[in-house]
Amino acid sequence: MFYREAGQFNTRYAEDRRVFALRQDRHGLAALLLVAFVVVPWLGNDYWLSAILIPFLVLSLAGLGLNLLTGYAGQLSLGSAAFMAVGAFATYNLEVRVGGLPLLFSLALGGLTAALVSLLFGLPSLRIKGFYLLVSTLAAQFFVTWTLTRFGWFSNDSASGVISAPRLDIFGVNLDAPAGRYLLTLTVVVALFWLAKNLVRSELGRQWMAVRDMDTAAAVIGIPLAKTKLLAFAISGFYLGVAGALWAFAYLGTVEPHGFDLNRSFQILFIIIIGGLGSLLGNFLGAAFIVLFPVLLSNLVSLLPGGLIDAGQVENLQKMFFGALIILFLIKEPEGLARLWQRLRQRARLWPLRY
Amino acid sequence: MEFFFEVLIGGLLAGVMYALVAIGFVLIYKASGVFNFAQGAMVLFSALTFVSLLERGVPFWLAFLISLVAMLLIAVAVERVVLRPLVNRSPITLFMATLGLSYVIEGFAQALWGAQVHGLDLGISDEPLELGGMLLSQFDIFAALTAASLVALLSWLFNRTRLGLALRAVADDPLAALAVGIRLQRVWVVVWTVAGFVGLVAGLLWGARLGVQFSLSLVVLKALPVLIIGGFTSISGAIVGGLIIGASEKLAEVYLGPFIGSGIENWFPYALALLFLLVRPAGLFGERAIERV
Amino acid sequence: MTRTAATQLLELDNISLSFKGVKAITDISFSVAAGEICALIGPNGAGKSSLLNIISGVYQPQRGRIRFDNRERRGMRAHDVAVRGVARTFQNIALFKGMSVLDNVLTGRNLKRRSSWIEQALRIGRAGREDDSQREAAERVIEFLHLQPWRDAWVGTLPYGLQKRVELARALAAEPRLLLLDEPMAGMNAEEKQLMSRFIVDINRELGTTVVLIEHDIGVVMDISDHVVVLDYGRKIGDGAPDVVRQNPEVISAYLGTRH
Repeated sequence: MFYREAGQFNTRYAEDRRVFALRQDRHGLAALLLVAFVVVPWLGNDYWLSAILIPFLVLSLAGLGLNLLTGYAGQLSLGSAAFMAVGAFATYNLEVRVGGLPLLFSLALGGLTAALVSLLFGLPSLRIKGFYLLVSTLAAQFFVTWTLTRFGWFSNDSASGVISAPRLDIFGVNLDAPAGRYLLTLTVVVALFWLAKNLVRSELGRQWMAVRDMDTAAAVIGIPLAKTKLLAFAISGFYLGVAGALWAFAYLGTVEPHGFDLNRSFQILFIIIIGGLGSLLGNFLGAAFIVLFPVLLSNLVSLLPGGLIDAGQVENLQKMFFGALIILFLIKEPEGLARLWQRLRQRARLWPLRY
Repeated sequence: MEFFFEVLIGGLLAGVMYALVAIGFVLIYKASGVFNFAQGAMVLFSALTFVSLLERGVPFWLAFLISLVAMLLIAVAVERVVLRPLVNRSPITLFMATLGLSYVIEGFAQALWGAQVHGLDLGISDEPLELGGMLLSQFDIFAALTAASLVALLSWLFNRTRLGLALRAVADDPLAALAVGIRLQRVWVVVWTVAGFVGLVAGLLWGARLGVQFSLSLVVLKALPVLIIGGFTSISGAIVGGLIIGASEKLAEVYLGPFIGSGIENWFPYALALLFLLVRPAGLFGERAIERV
Repeated sequence: MTRTAATQLLELDNISLSFKGVKAITDISFSVAAGEICALIGPNGAGKSSLLNIISGVYQPQRGRIRFDNRERRGMRAHDVAVRGVARTFQNIALFKGMSVLDNVLTGRNLKRRSSWIEQALRIGRAGREDDSQREAAERVIEFLHLQPWRDAWVGTLPYGLQKRVELARALAAEPRLLLLDEPMAGMNAEEKQLMSRFIVDINRELGTTVVLIEHDIGVVMDISDHVVVLDYGRKIGDGAPDVVRQNPEVISAYLGTRH
């Protein structure tokens, strides 16, 4: 009933390739973007913008970065936070040391630096397969955080090792207010998601999935394994780097290595497991879950008779619940929330009919 | 020169402790085919349970027994809730499940026993022993001896008992083992319990050294390089790997540290393992997978 | 179409292959003429799949030479072999289970792409037009093998026989000069075998593709092949037209069986 599909035909291949085949979906997306770009910054309160929406957007982007590498190209990685750190610190150093660089440009260069580092740690994937590859990204995780802490140059030799992000200015407009940071993040995220959409539906996207599913067969049909894998690492690194820079600049306001530790890498891995491997929407769903769940849990706990569960326990409970949820998702719905969403939509397309 | 040997032996002995943790991994990998990321959480949980019981006045051996039973219960629960439903899935899926499992066990451990550091006194003095002009820790030697006896026990279990035969069959081909009537679930519970036992011993030794605290579960991450060098399926490999990692880590920290900075031991084992993998993708003792097209 | 009997597309010369001491293939030489259907037959373990793996570049022989299209191939890997115009199917289906039929067929055409990944990411340059032409070519193959109803289905959900057909489609999509088929009819019933045989003959006659196939069903082999090569224990024991080979006493005793 919601979806009147009658009369919607594709007459050209280009139409058939669209992500949103139904007119209703395209209208829905347009409306969503309108709300996101216009309504939210106008009406939203600072808390929601700064503490919920911005981290949600940045984590979605980080999830996308890891998803490209792990979900689409099948290369497992535990080093995502390290590449985020590289992006954050590279952008910081560019802004501070090279005067007059436009912010978006520094962001892009920060991403490129992270891409290079990721490429470097991705080289072993040419020789090592599957599970063992974890060691390379783990090495990246520990080595990068050690390097950034050890050599004061990266933090501009600040005494505490913690540095604040510089002002955010684009074309002379200052964006330091929550609404401004939100719009900056939103624009970057939407643009990069659009790029990613094109990528995963392109030849490279198919090559990634082929390598993921069966790399010997992929080689036999002519897919260049080395180039495919290395591009996956590089592009993933770029996305993670930009996400890291945004995390530091648009969300936290500071740049420090400890926020990019192994726990963060795990967090991003959880985002894509819960959200759905090999899915674009899944990154948003997973990030929303990760951001909103602790808020929900503490609100729930505060409803209980006071003192029943103290704050420390809440954290432990949260941990247990997350872990249990991961296991549940892997058993019941390995394709994550994205697949659940898809199923829901299928039902919606047919409702009130059943088949 | 003596200093070098002191550092070396200190590293080797630390390596023995790594090897203990790695053995737990090998056991589970051999039998369930999964890299059990939750091993560290299991080590933490068992040690925490033991220490908390001790603090409440429970005698040593009873506390040990109760902790062991707790590990058995965890093994049963894991087999039922995690392993069985995921029986045919890819190794990466299983690994991610153990990741979730580690969070559950860690959260549970801390919810139950609290997050403070607990000191653990095993009754072994830490006075240095003098051997051939070098100062060696009595504790380290005790740990090495414990590890050696544990390995001997495990070898006997694997090679001389029927249970061991069943374990090796399951490790080789679970479906074939099923076909000849081996009870897969039983074997898994046994293996996870044994791994829990090894984890308990490792947890006690590490705990006595570092204090029983949360960071114990991070020790497990060092087991990965150990396993890569020693292979995922060999106990002797775990020992050799542990020794190599322990020794090289200490040596690097002491000799390279002054040049590039402290904290090298955080990443050095991984870099070493990575280099190793590039040369021998299957580890020193591991089996080479032959892919049939 | 005319076939020049003298044009040998593929020439194998004294090929030997061993795995750690086990000799899989010893001294095999034969040629495949352009435009013919050549069947490789022999008992299990005779080395047929290994030979196919050598031709497609997955294994490297210890001794011997291969000439493809009158050019010597030295130590060529699978990727380069594919670039030269050789496509194949596998004994155990090697489809990309995470993708649809259409996507699998499209991957078969990956070598025909000219636009770079950047052009495709930004949707500039040749990307859009190439997407259309690739899709058109894939559709032609799908039509040829009657796969239209399953175009968007996930290959993992398809029955075995259909999966084998999709694998064939993926190989065809590359527009190969030489098509290698490893037991394309394994596990099929009589009806499916007829259908598959029909497809293979069509591919050969209408598209002019040279086919080398491994097959156990002697009836099929005798019906559709122009040339039969018989292997046993890694050696060649028969080589010629189907009628000639079936009367070769060595072949009969090794493979077809003797009357007691």
